[in-house]
Amino acid sequence: MKLINKVLTGVALTAMTATAAQASTLEDVRAADELKCIVTTGLAGFAAPDANGRWEGFDADFCRAVAAAVLGDGDKVQFVPTTGKTRFTMLNSGEGDILFRNTTETLSRDADLKLSFLPVNFYDGQGFMVPAALGVTSASQLDGASVCIQTGTTTELNLADYFRANGMSYEPVPIETNEEGFTNYVAGRCDVYTTDASGLASTRAKFDDPTQHVVLPEIISKEPLGGAVRHGDDQWFDIGKWVVNALINAEEMGITQANAMNLAANVGNNPGINRLVGSEGNMGEMLGLDAKWAARAIAQGGNYGEIYERNVGPNTPLEIARGLNALWNQGGVLYAAPIR
Amino acid sequence: MTEQTYAPGTHPDLPPPSDTIGLIHWLKTNLFSSPVNSVVTLVAIYLLYLALPSAFNWLFIDATYVGETRKDCAQEGACMAFIGERFNLFVYGFYPAELRWRVNLAAILLAVAGAAVLWDKIPARKHMLKFALAYPLIGAWLLSGGFGLESVGTHLFGGLMLTLTIGVTGIAFSLPLGILLALGRQSQLPIIKYFCIGFIEFIRGVPLITLLFVASTMLSYFLPPGTTFDLLLRVLIMVTLFASAYMAEVVRGGLQALPKGQLEAADSLGLNYGQAMRFIILPQALKISIPGIVNTFIGLYKDSTLVIVIGLLDPLGIGRASVADSAWLGLSTEVYLFVAVFFFISCFGMARYSLYLENKLNTGHKR
Repeated sequence: MKLINKVLTGVALTAMTATAAQASTLEDVRAADELKCIVTTGLAGFAAPDANGRWEGFDADFCRAVAAAVLGDGDKVQFVPTTGKTRFTMLNSGEGDILFRNTTETLSRDADLKLSFLPVNFYDGQGFMVPAALGVTSASQLDGASVCIQTGTTTELNLADYFRANGMSYEPVPIETNEEGFTNYVAGRCDVYTTDASGLASTRAKFDDPTQHVVLPEIISKEPLGGAVRHGDDQWFDIGKWVVNALINAEEMGITQANAMNLAANVGNNPGINRLVGSEGNMGEMLGLDAKWAARAIAQGGNYGEIYERNVGPNTPLEIARGLNALWNQGGVLYAAPIR
Repeated sequence: MTEQTYAPGTHPDLPPPSDTIGLIHWLKTNLFSSPVNSVVTLVAIYLLYLALPSAFNWLFIDATYVGETRKDCAQEGACMAFIGERFNLFVYGFYPAELRWRVNLAAILLAVAGAAVLWDKIPARKHMLKFALAYPLIGAWLLSGGFGLESVGTHLFGGLMLTLTIGVTGIAFSLPLGILLALGRQSQLPIIKYFCIGFIEFIRGVPLITLLFVASTMLSYFLPPGTTFDLLLRVLIMVTLFASAYMAEVVRGGLQALPKGQLEAADSLGLNYGQAMRFIILPQALKISIPGIVNTFIGLYKDSTLVIVIGLLDPLGIGRASVADSAWLGLSTEVYLFVAVFFFISCFGMARYSLYLENKLNTGHKR
C-alpha cells in the first residue's frame, strides 16, 4: 500500500513539475513558429473553413492578429477546432496557446477552470426569434409559448429566470445543438427559438426568406464573449490582452488595415497613434515584442470595426448591427484601455 | 399436328411451366406469396410513389449544380453547387493544395496493396504481398513527408483521407494484434494470459471517446516537458488498441467454436504449437469469425468520426464546419446526405467483400 502511494505521489509530482517547468508560452510559440489557436468546429461568422480550407470569421481574424503581432505573419496560425465540451481542456493541456471561441466570460470559468479572459471582443445576449406570422412584437407577449432551448447551457437557466420574473409560463422543447433547434423550429415543434443574439442572426440567415421571422427586441442576459489564455503566464496574457485593446483603439484613432504600415513607417503628429503603431516609444518592448507589433496586427485583418463589418456586420448574411459593440463614443460599450 | 419422333434419350427439354419462370413467378414468390405479403407490397409501392418523385425532383430536376453562393441556388431543389465547391475540402481536408499529388499517389498505391491482400487471383501476388507489407511505411512517408519530401503536419489531415488513414491503419494492425491477444488469452502461461485478459477487459470497459480524449489532452501531463508526440499518431495507436481488444474477443469466439479434437489431431501429427495454429486452428477459426471481424472493421471505420473531439475533422466534421460558412447557410441536408452516401458506400463495400470471402471459403459446413 505504501509503495503504491509513493508511486502515485511520484507520478502526480512529475506531472505537476512537467506542467510548471514548461518554457513561457511566448517562447514556445516562437520556437514552433506557429500559434495554436483554439476555435469552434464551425459557427457562421465566427470561425468556419472556406472552400480552400482557410479558416474565416471574427474569431479566426483575432487569432491571425495575435499571430501577426507575435510572429510577424498572420498566416502562421494552426487552428484547433474544438467542441463546447473540449475547448477548455485543450487550452489547459497545452494543445492550444490561446482561445477565441465565442466563449462567455464567467467567474467560474475564470477561477475554477483556471483561465484568464482577454478583454471582451463581442457583447452578446440571449434573444428570441418568432415567425412573423405570429404577430408577436415583444417577449412579454410570449406567455404559454413553446420554446426550443439548448439543454445544459446558460441560456436554459436565463430563460427560466426571465419567465419566472415576469410571471409567465412556457413549455420547453429541449434540443442539443443549434442545428437541431433550427430543424425543430422550422418544423413548427416550437413557437419560439431562443439562443444568443448572434446565433439567432445566423439561424435567421438560413431561411429561404428571412423576413418571415423576427428577432424580438428584448435581450434577457449578458453574454460577454472574449478570448482566453491559461492561468500562470502573465506575459502571454498581456500580449493577448493588448492585441485586442490595440485593435479596438485602432478603430477609435482611425488606423486601418490600409494605412497601418504607412503610419508605422513615419513619425506623425498624433502621439497616441505613434505609440500604438510603434513609431515612437517602446510599448512593444515592454510586452516582449518588437515595436511594430500592433501595426502588423492591424495590417493583418484591419481594426476592430473592419473585422466586425467583414464577418458579422450589416453587409454580411448575418446582418448583426453594431449595437453594444460600437465604440463608447458612438453609443456602444467598447472602451479599450489606452496604449501608453 | 405433325408427329415427331425422337431417338431414345434425345428428347429435347421442354420449357418449364410458364408460372415457374419469369417476372410473374418472381412476383408471385417474392411479393405476393400470401395475402399479408400482398398488402405489405402494395403499401410499400404507395409509399415509394409518394416519396420517390419528390426526392428525385429535389436531387436532380430542381437541383443547382453550379454556383458561387447560396443565392445562386434554386430554393426548391438541392444545392449541390455547395458540395462541388467543397469537394476538395471533403477529400483532402486542409492538406496543402500543391502537395495533394502525394495523397493521390498514396491512394493509388493503397489500391494496389489492397488488391494484393484482398484478391488471390492477382498476378505476381507473392511480390505484391511484399509490397503490401512495406506499404504502411511508404504511405506514412508520402502523407507526412520527411526524408526528402516536404513535411506536412498531421493537423492538416482531414476529410476522406483522414478517415481512410485511420480506418486502414486500424484495420491493418488490429487484426494481427487481435489474433495475438486471443491466442494469448488462451495461453497456459499465467503472465501472458492475465496480461491479455487485463488488457482486453480494460479497453472494452472504456468508451473510445474517453481513450481519444486521454490521448489528446492527458498524455501531455505525463510526458517529459518539451516532448511533442504527434496527435494523429496518438489517435492511431488508441484506435488500433481499441479495435484489437474487440477483435481478440471475436477471434476467441472462432477459436472456441472448433472442436477440441482439431488441436489434439494436430498434436498427434507431431505439429508444434506454431504449426498447429498456422495450419489447423487459425484457418478454421478465422473463417468462422469473418462476419464478426468485418463487423468490428465497420464499427472502427465509423468510429473514426469521433476524432472531432480532439480537433481533427473527418468528412462529418468538415461537413459540420462547412454548414457554418456564412455564404452557404442553411444547407445541412445536402451536406449530411453527401456524408451519409460516402459512409454507406465504404461500409457496404466492406460488407459485400465479407460475403464474397465467406462464399469463397465455404467448405460445406455452413448452415
